[in-house]
Amino acid sequence: MSSNNNLDTLYRQVIMDHYKNPRNKGVLEDGSLTVNMNNPTCGDRIQLTMKVEDGTVADARFEGEGCSISMSSASMMTQAIKGKKVEDAVKLSKIFSDMMLGKDYDDTMDLGDIEALQGVSKFPARIKCATLAWKAMEKGFQGEGE
Amino acid sequence: MNIEDIRKHFPILDQEVNGRPLVYLDSAATSQKPVQVIETIDQYYRGYNSNVHRGVHTLGTRATDAYEGAREKVRKFINAKSIQEVIFTRGTTTALNTVAASYAADNLKEGDEIVISLMEHHSNIIPWQQVARKTGATLKYLELQEDGTLSLDNVRETITSNTKLVSVTYVSNVLGVINPIKEIARIAHENGAVMVVDGAQAAPHIKVDVQDLDCDFFAFSGHKMCGPTGIGVLYGKKDLLEKMEPIEFGGEMIDFVHLYESTWKELPWKFEGGTPIIAGAIGLGAAIDFLQQVGLEKIEAHEHKLAAYAMEKMSGIEGIKIYGPKEAGKRAGVITFNLDDVHPHDVATVLDAEGIAVRAGHHCAQPLMRWLEATATARASFYLYNTEEDVDKLVEGLVKTKEYFSNVF
Repeated sequence: MSSNNNLDTLYRQVIMDHYKNPRNKGVLEDGSLTVNMNNPTCGDRIQLTMKVEDGTVADARFEGEGCSISMSSASMMTQAIKGKKVEDAVKLSKIFSDMMLGKDYDDTMDLGDIEALQGVSKFPARIKCATLAWKAMEKGFQGEGE
Repeated sequence: MNIEDIRKHFPILDQEVNGRPLVYLDSAATSQKPVQVIETIDQYYRGYNSNVHRGVHTLGTRATDAYEGAREKVRKFINAKSIQEVIFTRGTTTALNTVAASYAADNLKEGDEIVISLMEHHSNIIPWQQVARKTGATLKYLELQEDGTLSLDNVRETITSNTKLVSVTYVSNVLGVINPIKEIARIAHENGAVMVVDGAQAAPHIKVDVQDLDCDFFAFSGHKMCGPTGIGVLYGKKDLLEKMEPIEFGGEMIDFVHLYESTWKELPWKFEGGTPIIAGAIGLGAAIDFLQQVGLEKIEAHEHKLAAYAMEKMSGIEGIKIYGPKEAGKRAGVITFNLDDVHPHDVATVLDAEGIAVRAGHHCAQPLMRWLEATATARASFYLYNTEEDVDKLVEGLVKTKEYFSNVF
């Protein structure tokens, strides 16, 4: 395919791996923070459940429907925030948002697999797919802080 | 109809996208504009931009003549009896909302029924939900048969003597289904209901005759039929429009303004409060001229042929699911599909890398998506400038999409 190289920056192997084998798929039982969010322009939706203990994200799971980018991003996000302080999880979301917008981002935090999503910033129409799960996480923790 | 000649009128088509010649298959979202329309708008702003129906200066007269001239072109285009029945709006959505906020809100009450279908675009659902909420009327849905078409038996069962308003799309923006509007209008009238038609996907492709259809209201948009965005039309039968209250009040639409009350201008201007969309209307007039020069019958025949060709070629792709009727005669140039377990966003992104523009998502028809048991779908839609070669490229692109995703998995 002529434009394979370009597409390959979007559909990185690690992204497709998360899409095919999502981590933390499911729903956490009672006592968890639950956030439902959808992308009304395309129909993608996510249900995110998170458990916080002593200010730390003890567990996070997601259910949802959507494209490879939105679902792999959700998988990576849940993986990344587990074991992190809530404030660090929110900080990570800000870093992710900067990365999507093509801005210079704080690289002092270990981003792990998330870095693979950097290519999405070159596909403006897909940025909303990638940020859906992160927005859900931020929304969940907004209530937590109040 | 020589497609190569037609394509020369559309400068936008002659470009590369992502290093590939553009294949534009998203005309159901918005059509491209011929140079005649672009130049007409350019000439208006360069040569005689002026407000209409005000003052006596020469430019004002030229602008008014062009604006009202466009109204006459629309009248002929849909075969309305009089220009009083042709109201310029911002688009189909505003036209349907005008019927809902004025006619329906003032005439419906508790116990009355509004009947729409499961294949409607959100703009032909939500205004009626709002009317039902405000008036206490009940909203009912026509069901779809297995192939996505309406059945007249179901129409007869659903519309009752309590039904006061029926609103159905002429052509579905997802299934490409062409609905039997004339028959539905007859059944609506037999039960004393008014018939509203969402003509957004019909007016660009099918010869519309509002008198023959005998519909009471007909709404459509300029931008899907080679015209500019921001202009649309509400057709209404004169006796109904005369009894209706305007929904926007201000300049342009008044007769006399007193301190505590005012009177309205005659039709159609009482529904056109504020400075109208002058360039849009004139541009729409140019689009109508263009479509009529080519010939609506020829455009329709071309699209049916292309849809049949596309159905045949696309059906051959392993793992593809095409929604809606299979017989070519039953559908307009809209083909909605899904490819295996590749999400439509991903399909659209890979096609885009090949220069092919298709739509992916729920197409502003969430109830229909639920009926189809799909959260999202991809859609290719054709217009007079599309060719069999475009279809071949789409099919090639889809095969590549499948390969690409089977490789990365």
